[in-house]
Amino acid sequence: MVVDQKVVERLSADEVDRIFHALADATRRDIVRRVLVSEQSIGELARRYPMSVAAVQKHIAVLTSAGLVSKTRRGREQRVAGRPETVRTAQALLDELEQQWRGRIDRMGSVLADLTQEEQT
Amino acid sequence: MIVTNVHKDAEALTMAITAELPAVPERAWQLWADPRQLERWWGPPTWPATVVDHDLTPGGRVSYVMTGPDGEQAGGMWIVDVAEPPRLLVLRDLFANEDGTPAEGMPETVMRVTIAESPEGSTMTITSVFASAEAMEQLVNMGMEQGMLEAMSQIEAILAG
Repeated sequence: MVVDQKVVERLSADEVDRIFHALADATRRDIVRRVLVSEQSIGELARRYPMSVAAVQKHIAVLTSAGLVSKTRRGREQRVAGRPETVRTAQALLDELEQQWRGRIDRMGSVLADLTQEEQT
Repeated sequence: MIVTNVHKDAEALTMAITAELPAVPERAWQLWADPRQLERWWGPPTWPATVVDHDLTPGGRVSYVMTGPDGEQAGGMWIVDVAEPPRLLVLRDLFANEDGTPAEGMPETVMRVTIAESPEGSTMTITSVFASAEAMEQLVNMGMEQGMLEAMSQIEAILAG
């Protein structure tokens, strides 16, 4: 909990918007999933999707600006790697919201339990 | 009261949580429709809610004030879009100024509540749709404190049971 809080506070609203925009596309999500498992070259990634290398490079640029992936040059080829800490941050936001509602649902449970007790006495 | 499913969709800025309740739908509806019951669960233990106005009909408004540990107050309101007791409730949760008007520039969340009969009593699903990632982050930051008190509310639930 405390760790998540620090992660969330460190992000500006712009950064959060970029992360969610970047993840709003199925191809980009797929790229993130692949490069989180293992680093890939742009050529390797481009072969997996029915689109031009230029189009794939555009997706990678969006992901890079959101901090979800990083690019490095290895000799002649560009390699793309995932940045798991940013991916976790987007998830952390939703996790926090889940906790808020779990708290509310727990309390709904005690309200119902109290009402049952009142009826029995 | 068991949370049976949580579906988080980062792209759609949506979170849906489903719970099984040991109560028939009519009674589960009262958790929302009875202001005294509502104020017992809406706010976390350190920020209890007091319901001021309560009109849970289409076009109606529910307003509440949450009071923090140092006496600070935060107002909120719901605008009810759909109310079909005891099965469906759609409302917009907004932040309110001291005079009860909606606060400008604050995030709005659409909440859709469905209640269906089930063998245990009823199944309640609450789907929250956030206006933007920024809105979601604002809400998360404001609700942070609650997470740490989670354990406390669970202990209370056990004692109450």
